[in-house]
Amino acid sequence: MSTTGIAWTRRRRALARFWRGYRRQRAGLYGAAILVAAVVLALLTPLVTDPLGLDVTKATGAKMGAPNLDFPLGTDESGRSVLLMVLWGSRVSLLIGFMAALLSMTIGTVVGIAAGHFRGWMSAVLMRITDWFLVLPSLVLALVLAAILGGGTTTIIVAIGVTSWASTARMIRSQTLSVEARPYIERSRALGAGHWHVMTRHVLPNVAPLVLANTTLQVAHAIVAESTLAFLGADSGQVSWGGLLRGSYDWGAATSGAWWYILAPGLCIVVVVMAFTLCGRALEAVLNPRLRGVPR
Amino acid sequence: MTAPLDTEPAAAPAAGPGDERSAYRGVLRYALAKAGGAVLSIGMVIVATFFVFRLIPGDPAIAYTRDVPLSPEQLDLLRHRMGLDKPLMQQFLDFVLRTIRLDFGTSYEYKRPVIDLIGERVGPTMVLVGTGLVISVSLGLWQGTRAAWKHGSRFDRVSTGISLVLWSVPTFWLGLLLLMVFAAGVGPIPGIFPTRGMEDIDAPDGPLYLLHVAHHLVLPCLTLVAVVYAQYLLVMRSSLLDEIGQDYVTTARAKGLRDDEVRRRHAVPNALLPTVTLVFINIGFVVGGAVSVETVYSWPGLGLLFYEAIKGPDFAVMQGTFIVVCTAVIIMNTLADVVYRVLDPRVRSA
Repeated sequence: MSTTGIAWTRRRRALARFWRGYRRQRAGLYGAAILVAAVVLALLTPLVTDPLGLDVTKATGAKMGAPNLDFPLGTDESGRSVLLMVLWGSRVSLLIGFMAALLSMTIGTVVGIAAGHFRGWMSAVLMRITDWFLVLPSLVLALVLAAILGGGTTTIIVAIGVTSWASTARMIRSQTLSVEARPYIERSRALGAGHWHVMTRHVLPNVAPLVLANTTLQVAHAIVAESTLAFLGADSGQVSWGGLLRGSYDWGAATSGAWWYILAPGLCIVVVVMAFTLCGRALEAVLNPRLRGVPR
Repeated sequence: MTAPLDTEPAAAPAAGPGDERSAYRGVLRYALAKAGGAVLSIGMVIVATFFVFRLIPGDPAIAYTRDVPLSPEQLDLLRHRMGLDKPLMQQFLDFVLRTIRLDFGTSYEYKRPVIDLIGERVGPTMVLVGTGLVISVSLGLWQGTRAAWKHGSRFDRVSTGISLVLWSVPTFWLGLLLLMVFAAGVGPIPGIFPTRGMEDIDAPDGPLYLLHVAHHLVLPCLTLVAVVYAQYLLVMRSSLLDEIGQDYVTTARAKGLRDDEVRRRHAVPNALLPTVTLVFINIGFVVGGAVSVETVYSWPGLGLLFYEAIKGPDFAVMQGTFIVVCTAVIIMNTLADVVYRVLDPRVRSA
């Protein structure tokens, strides 16, 4: 068997082992099921619904109408269907959640590995910056960034990603330190491996499981952050769950008893975020050997 | 940053009268190093603020006079007075010097010094965040202790479940729900709490005023506590679970101590240590949460000021609140590190 063949067999076995472990995490399975459903719904939305219904001038329902057969989740202040907006909002909320988490994990992993691998001033400077980002109130920082860079989906992704990578970097750094203390790294160095080789071929594969588990938690965090930013006025200019709640607040849904307008987008956020959290915790329990056997 | 005169080796863990002094000196040195780090962090905040706020598209002079049409000469004069025609380095130095003197410029919106606006809003935020912290810390630690001590029990599963749900709830949404149910009233439920603000125009004087404010405080505070306390619960639970597995707890049990005595005298004091840091670290988080809560309930604190500044946009106020909030958070975290070091001598300066 060729070396790549061996590697692939090993990977397949590792995956099967991972799945056996994950299957035992009941909450994690529920979370994964909810996530798959949410993503499928978000992807199907353009195929089964008409975005024209989002246009204020084309709205057909009553203003702030309670749920009925035509509008299962009621209508908003200009007569648009809340159900339709929640469906379209899921696309923006999930997209921003995934992209922001990806950005934050990339920064966190790069900084974490670099800070753990290089010693001396470089590590010190990186950790100083990490600590700084860790301490600063990230929501406030994200709001400032979003307000200054102006609206737009990219801005929101950058604002959330840039403010939320610090805890990842810390975790990845400590993991890198423990990986680099292993003898085979020394052997690899003695054989002439450079920084790049050690970092990408030995450290990265070893920290990857933790990165994966943490990404899931980061998506949850990013979705909450997006909704909060949108609620506080730094939105992407598109319909999102947070933007809907902003609308409900602006039009006094809370004081006029339009509960459907507040309940529907909020429950979507909570359910999806919880699903991500459950998956993240399940992944952590499976992948992090230190947590094995600990009641959580 | 550290005292160079002190060439003694680090205090050995042996007991002795002279040892106390060198341990004390170690803490002092540690505190000085941390304080130096904090000053550096605050400096980084000021530098970052200057450059981030230079990224604003458009002309600050026009932003300042949004509603008033001005001739080009008048604009030039204004730019000159705002110091915008100076070289960047000079502007930066001016900015740093003014910031150190707590001069954050003039609000575009209110045409008043930003520091005065901030000064007016600090009190209400401290009332809200302070009350919220005290309640959430005590509730979270108590519930976390009980959950860990009886781990696997129904109480444990229920409280872990609740905290996971609360962790997923956006602060502002919970605020909206409570506002809808308990302030506006839904269906047959009458609203029993005020919907907005810290006080009404007809607020009573004297001791009744406190009750009046407390009445307004209930919902905002409840929102903040609900979202924050879950974290304390989870951290206390997992750190106590760690302690339960330690030998000294088994030893204490083996000596025949009663169960709650083992818990109160042995396990809990040690498990409390990680939560000390969390309390301080969370202050940053709470400040962020306070922005949402203050917005939902129009609580007249720093968070609402910041929110209004974003809506403006009133860049001078944004800049000022940002620096003040970040500085406060950094100072709190530094205190956390020092307190932790005093409480847990095992921590050597890192």
